[in-house]
Amino acid sequence: MTLDNMIIPVVMCSIILYGISQKVDIFTVFLEGAKDGFKTSIAVLPALVALMTCVGMFKASGALDYVTVLAEPFSRVIGLPPEVVPLAVLRPVSGSGAIAIYKDILESFGPDSFIGRIASVMEGSSETTFYTIAVYFGAAGIAKTRHTLPASVAADFAVVFMSVLMVRMLF
Amino acid sequence: MKWIFSGLVISAVFFGIISGRMGAVSNAALSSCGEAVGLMITLMGSMCLWSGLMKIADTARLTEKISRMFSPLIGVLFEGMHYKSAAAKAITLNMSANLLGLGNAATPLGIAAMREMEKRNPNPGVATNNMAMFVVINTASLQLIPTTTAILRQAAGSERPLDIMPAVWISSIVSLASGVVVAKLLSKAGKGS
Repeated sequence: MTLDNMIIPVVMCSIILYGISQKVDIFTVFLEGAKDGFKTSIAVLPALVALMTCVGMFKASGALDYVTVLAEPFSRVIGLPPEVVPLAVLRPVSGSGAIAIYKDILESFGPDSFIGRIASVMEGSSETTFYTIAVYFGAAGIAKTRHTLPASVAADFAVVFMSVLMVRMLF
Repeated sequence: MKWIFSGLVISAVFFGIISGRMGAVSNAALSSCGEAVGLMITLMGSMCLWSGLMKIADTARLTEKISRMFSPLIGVLFEGMHYKSAAAKAITLNMSANLLGLGNAATPLGIAAMREMEKRNPNPGVATNNMAMFVVINTASLQLIPTTTAILRQAAGSERPLDIMPAVWISSIVSLASGVVVAKLLSKAGKGS
């Protein structure tokens, strides 16, 4: 894991050195940019509160258990092991929740097992869809997201399907 | 947004009643709104850091160079966007940060991209096709090294934590492609740009 320890410092260093080489007054400019970043994070807060509250309530209600049961026939069709269904359901909704389930799967079945690998591919190739939508549209002040959600959900379905297919094909 | 929000709250109440977990739902409502503030404070640091660094890169015209490299891709995915525009620059940097696995940097850059696009939006408050496309691309994560996953696999005693990489790449690309295709199709079916 040495490579990914390098990325952040190297990227920072390159930007700063490039800035100096182009005679940019780097510190003043940095502060200007950071001030914008500060304003932006305040602008995101209302959307974040709205989203995290409704997602938190949704998770606590046990609704995901029902969704998992409903997803069972679908998962049987594509050959997804039932143990991975909760991860597939939770992944787009909650990043931290998905990681907790993922760790659990790795511990119970082993990271190099069939189930462990499917879970890994799923975890590695998808994002917390709802969070991304809320933060980006919230920050830009967009209320009507039009076709964003269906397209994102299509991408999430593709990940579930592909993770099973890829693990079957490649391992 | 209003459908996502109301859908989640209403189903939370509905399922909370069915499974007798209204107490938990009520606690979750109170605690998660506080957690959102905590998350924002955590985000704020990286937001300031990366916005500052981006401003340096921008002033030094580095972002314009990177943006030019990505311009063929930007042209295909986004309608009528020039690589020199502020939005294209932010989009390119967001994609680069995602590829490198710098999630902390990708978020502020992505937000900057959205705000630039909103500035030129003929119907403020309504997502344009380009905005939808951009968010879809971000929800279908694309990264060269799935760092977090690999670290968790290693911690769980995997012999080769990174052997899933080709599978992750192919799944991400297929998922991204599905998202992009659905977005393109629906954008035509919808009210137009």
